[in-house]
Amino acid sequence: MWDYVKLVALGLIALLAAIAANYARDVPYMVHAILIMLVAGGLFLWTIRGIGEPKPVVDTSGYMDDVVRAGVIATAFWGVVGFLAGTFIAFQLAFPGLNFEWAQGYMNFGRLRPLHTSAVIFAFGGNALLCTSFYIVQRTSAVRLWGGNLAWFVFWGYNLFIVLAATAYLLGSTQGKEYAEPEWYIDLWLTVVWVAYLLVFLGTLMTRKVKHIYVANWFLLSFIVTVAMLHIVNNLSLPVSIFGSRSVQLFAGVQDAMTQWWYGHNAVGFFLTAGFLGMMYYFVPKQAERPVFSYKLSIIHFWALIFLYIWAGPHHLHYTALPDWASTLGMVFSVVLWMPSWGGMINGLMTLSGAWDKLRTDPIIRMMVVSIGFYGMSTFEGPMMSIRAVNSLSHYTDWTIGHVHSGALGWNGMITFGALYFLVPRLWNRERLYSLALVNWHFWLATIGIVLYASSMWVTGIMEGLMWREVDAQGFLVNSFADTVAAKFPMYVVRALGGVLFLAGSVIMCYNLWMTVRRSPAKEAEAPTMAPAE
Amino acid sequence: MSKTPEKKDEVETTGHIWDGIEEYNNPLPRWWLWTFYATCIWGLLYTIAYPAWPLISQATPGLLGFSTRALVAEDIEEVNQANAALTERLATVELASISDDPELMNYAVNGGAAIFRANCSQCHGSGAAGVQASGYPNLLDDDWIWGGQIEDIAWTVAHGIRNEQSPDAHWSEMPAFGEILEEGEIASVVNYVLQLSGQEHDAAAATAGAKIYLDQCSACHGEQGMGDVGVGAPNLSDAIWLYGGDVETLTETITYSRFGVMPAWSEEYRPGQGLTDAEINAVATYVHQLGGGE
Repeated sequence: MWDYVKLVALGLIALLAAIAANYARDVPYMVHAILIMLVAGGLFLWTIRGIGEPKPVVDTSGYMDDVVRAGVIATAFWGVVGFLAGTFIAFQLAFPGLNFEWAQGYMNFGRLRPLHTSAVIFAFGGNALLCTSFYIVQRTSAVRLWGGNLAWFVFWGYNLFIVLAATAYLLGSTQGKEYAEPEWYIDLWLTVVWVAYLLVFLGTLMTRKVKHIYVANWFLLSFIVTVAMLHIVNNLSLPVSIFGSRSVQLFAGVQDAMTQWWYGHNAVGFFLTAGFLGMMYYFVPKQAERPVFSYKLSIIHFWALIFLYIWAGPHHLHYTALPDWASTLGMVFSVVLWMPSWGGMINGLMTLSGAWDKLRTDPIIRMMVVSIGFYGMSTFEGPMMSIRAVNSLSHYTDWTIGHVHSGALGWNGMITFGALYFLVPRLWNRERLYSLALVNWHFWLATIGIVLYASSMWVTGIMEGLMWREVDAQGFLVNSFADTVAAKFPMYVVRALGGVLFLAGSVIMCYNLWMTVRRSPAKEAEAPTMAPAE
Repeated sequence: MSKTPEKKDEVETTGHIWDGIEEYNNPLPRWWLWTFYATCIWGLLYTIAYPAWPLISQATPGLLGFSTRALVAEDIEEVNQANAALTERLATVELASISDDPELMNYAVNGGAAIFRANCSQCHGSGAAGVQASGYPNLLDDDWIWGGQIEDIAWTVAHGIRNEQSPDAHWSEMPAFGEILEEGEIASVVNYVLQLSGQEHDAAAATAGAKIYLDQCSACHGEQGMGDVGVGAPNLSDAIWLYGGDVETLTETITYSRFGVMPAWSEEYRPGQGLTDAEINAVATYVHQLGGGE
């Protein structure tokens, strides 16, 4: 019966997509309609072939790890794609000739830049959050993922969203909101997927066999709920036509800007901070084999963090049309956020007390420690940059880019790499990683890459800020904009080289993980245990 | 791992275990807590001092009367006050004699340079060397299409070239000779222009081209190809080209003509964004002293 429902639904989707492709008013919409038609049609055929066949029996007694494995592969894959795109556009900025004439409209900086940011944040980071949250919530709730194949729907649905978004950018479809570029129908699809994600996560938590909810799950749940809210409000828009990709935003002017940066800042706050703190709270104590430093601190900093973060967005709009009062509040909340952010750092680092010797022997722990270090650094830098006086120098400069990358490469990247190194031997039932020496190589390449990136961006950002505001004794401007661009060239080259190192590290990681699955000796088979805690 | 402390100074765990993870019940670090309190208190005081809390019809203005818009207006006013006397003299000065007044000259060049960087460098380049491929003239040489006297430059800045904004914009329109002459004839004219400018050329074609040139081109560019500043016809006999002096570019120019546009910068034609008389004089003075001024 269920198969027939699926057949009808898939057939209808394929048919509607074909009609939409026929009436499409623009190229990206048509490409997407055809893509959806092919996906739905393929699934239709696949389902129809399986009808009447006996269903393979899925063992539902253990944890649902297939979807986590798929997520690990997707994370590694999208990571390399995102880093590659980032490195390439870094070279485009240093050498504009790389905006090839033959690829205009597809491969120029303006098209590739959102591809890079989305690939890294939403594809790499998003898949990392998906698969680790599925892994963590099962282990810490001692129960299988709720909802059966719904978790698979979340995984494939989310990755379809990524493919739709990425192709949209290359074909020039965007609503022009940073980190929220996808147009209305892609947003709607993500909403469906996200609600399914929330259901799987909540369902698993509600059926848990452990009395208390582990701190990692608080952070992950707050991430899922808040991102849903941010996504819906910031993407409120009216399609120009049901058969076209264009839409008109519901808010206008400074209200739209404020909504966008309320969203944008909390994409950082809840996607890249709260979600990844959830990751940190599981993998750091597991890898260090030490108890979490302080339960009290985790409660206080959790509530303080999620309460304060949501107000900090206006600091992206200092000295703009935004009224001064909103700008003040954004700045104040950002500065007060400093300690709650550092609560996570303290809890992470102090968890290692008693296990500091592992830093010498375990490159995965080292990766996690550096990650927490960069987290602490960028959560200090952020509040500092939100102060109006500092912001008047730093805003619109490369300093912001450097800040974002010390967070993204250092904190999000490194903690994800640590989690992947932790997960792969366990998920594929291997005794150990293929090579710890390669992890070491990855660690140093990535760390040096980030240092090159961040320091070159500090230098060029502060330089460019000072050049922009430089006036002579009579109040006349000293530099033209082109002068500041020319002055940044050497730092742009250094930044791109930092990107090359970081990318090289991630390629080494992929090789190492691949060889772990292929070559490492299998572990003695061990019945998966779902024992509730004492 | 056990719930009870292994050592005496170790704190207890909470007793929860998740997948082998336990939690110590350590107190909040003192320095963390006090710093958190301090930022909260600072935040509260700051919101009292500065505009912050939204009420029904407006937000609290703050005790310090702070306003970013007022601050920038103050800064601008201060500079304007300091420069007021010089600005007034600059607005009404006889431009030709500005170099006799070193103080004013210095002020005009500095101000003009800043205006140039902000408004002109996008096309003419931050060094004012222009971009030949796009037809943005080089302002460093002594070849002037619409005149290189300081007053001429000021006029060109104020009214621009071939725009719809100013009724007094410079206006000249070379015909597209592709509609008038045969391809062979155009090739001949090209060769004649090459000859005029002292470049390598086909002598026979140039001779044929000379006749066509006299009929079609000399009215504006002059019999000797010296151009005419009065109608904005470029000099063809020097080695300075607006779009380029090679065969390919000349053929394109003659066949399709050119229509370079410069906006009118006077505030009269772009309210709120344009340049005042003093600013136009300043930028004209700056461009004039770059080396090519007449």
